Amino acid sequence: MNGLVEHLVVAPVAIPLACGAVMLLVNERRHAVKAALSLSGALLLVLVAAALVSRADAPLAPVYALGDWPAPFGIVLVADRLSAAMVLLASLLGFAALAFSLARWDRAGAHFHSLVHFLLAGLCGAFLTGDLFNLFVFFELLLAASYGLALHGSGPRRVRASLHYVTVNLAASLLFLVGVSLMYGVAGTLNMADLALRVPQVATSDRALLEIGAAMLGIAFLTKAAMWPLGFWLAPTYGAAAAPCAALFSILSKVGIYAIVRVWLVVFGGEPGAQFLAIGGLATLAYGTLGMVSSQDLSRMASFSLVISSGTLLAACGLGGTLATGAAIYYLFASTLGVAALFLLVELVDRTRRPGADILAVTADAFGLTEESDAHGEEGVAIPAAMAVLGIAFAAATLLVAGLPPLPGFVAKFAILAAVLDTQPIAPAAWALLALLMLSGFAAVIALARAGVRAFWAMPEGIVPRVRVIEMLPVGGLLAACLALTLAAAPAMRYMQDAARTVLAPRGYIQEVLRAP
Amino acid sequence: MELVVALGIAALTASGVWLVLRPRTFQVIVGLSLLSYAVNLFILAMGWVRGGAPAFVAAGAHADPARFADPLPQALVLTAIVISFATTALFLVVLLAARGLTGTDHVDGREPRP
Repeated sequence: MNGLVEHLVVAPVAIPLACGAVMLLVNERRHAVKAALSLSGALLLVLVAAALVSRADAPLAPVYALGDWPAPFGIVLVADRLSAAMVLLASLLGFAALAFSLARWDRAGAHFHSLVHFLLAGLCGAFLTGDLFNLFVFFELLLAASYGLALHGSGPRRVRASLHYVTVNLAASLLFLVGVSLMYGVAGTLNMADLALRVPQVATSDRALLEIGAAMLGIAFLTKAAMWPLGFWLAPTYGAAAAPCAALFSILSKVGIYAIVRVWLVVFGGEPGAQFLAIGGLATLAYGTLGMVSSQDLSRMASFSLVISSGTLLAACGLGGTLATGAAIYYLFASTLGVAALFLLVELVDRTRRPGADILAVTADAFGLTEESDAHGEEGVAIPAAMAVLGIAFAAATLLVAGLPPLPGFVAKFAILAAVLDTQPIAPAAWALLALLMLSGFAAVIALARAGVRAFWAMPEGIVPRVRVIEMLPVGGLLAACLALTLAAAPAMRYMQDAARTVLAPRGYIQEVLRAP
Repeated sequence: MELVVALGIAALTASGVWLVLRPRTFQVIVGLSLLSYAVNLFILAMGWVRGGAPAFVAAGAHADPARFADPLPQALVLTAIVISFATTALFLVVLLAARGLTGTDHVDGREPRP
């Protein structure tokens, strides 16, 4: 039995991969079988992730050597606090998005469930791996799945946005490869723990080459995290994506931030480039704020709230300190859940204006969606008082994204500011972060309230949307998770601070990885 | 030998970057392919390039492990080739879909105003 527990670390990669592969074999017309398989796989993943989190909350992180090859030669998976928490977040989002899609989106194109599961496998792998090249492979896995999901449902807007998205990400992946190979050429290893030991010993003549490699990696990660001059692809792509896909994508940019935090802190000790990260984060925050106010479309607003959360995270990590990083991880959780809920809500709210207009007629024909969705619309259980429920959920999501009490967005921002402003004398960048955080929250309130008023109080067409229970439950679940994060703020914050401490002082991590089973 | 490899990578990268910045989707995909070739060569070069060294050891002679080529970059290149192959194929599909849906091969989906 003990042996089985050991293998728990690899389960978050293996389960979705197997699940997605099996579902490729199930005929597209057998919705019930697919849905059951897919949901049970996602539920299993959530349970495994929860078990991992409880196991990770220990002094020593569980390390899993793939194929039992010892650490510097083989590839290791490490489920320390941060990784386990990220896996849990990804699995929760995956489950919510899959449940939401059962209403109709999973029939808007081929292989939706498989793509989501492959995306989850890539996400979990990227969070767990302790090897740079393996990180690249999982990045590609999740990106390949995300290309498919960005295109899900088709239509000119999605295809046009995806074309840019694919191009930018392919170019960033190539930079990633160049960075990885430079690091390997200089340091002779790709294991993160081993790299951390070898980087200080690199000869001064090779130092510049190593730093160029690290910078290349940084650019690749920051492109994925949508830092200001690198993140213009985000809003059009996410704004155009189908609702459940966009909700899942809200964690994709966090993968870039996770990779930055992990590689930068473990391998380089978090010293060089902190200033750059802080300034970039602040610029991203400003850009996101401007974008938020200037958007007309709700889905674009949700995308820009994602940019804002990226900027906040980068700035908080750049300004540094254990407390700020711990608070930033807490913020990552709150904002990702909140933005995902918002993305799901956007579609439901948009139904008050033009029902079904966002599905192209061609796709609907090709997959026989028209009759089916109508039939389903009749037989599906619709919730009573749809407008009231939607309104409450939308208000909650707004509070969450804007960072107002009582939801965790406020707790997180408060913790970040408290940590950043705790030093004497207070750095100018900290004041800038304070001002921009306030301003971005204010902008989010204005923009979302304007959209909310238009959708709920000033309905020109006066359509009361049919919202089905299966669509509202995931939104409610995500918001409930946020509420739980507020109620259990103390233990959650303690866990996040411990996670930040292990990442910031990676000695234990390095020893544990290299202690070769 | 080093110079030839370096110049080859430089030529591929330069043409790749130029093509990626062009406005037509077909140019972009060719540019991305060239860039990925350049990166593959670059990874291989990181395992060291050596000219004039024998590929085989004479029968009975002692083989010096220090003179072996590093197999890891070659494994990395293999993975990178497979991934870039798959993503290029996917990009091709997106390209064709964009052409079909927007009626133009411009990357923005519409012709620039003259």
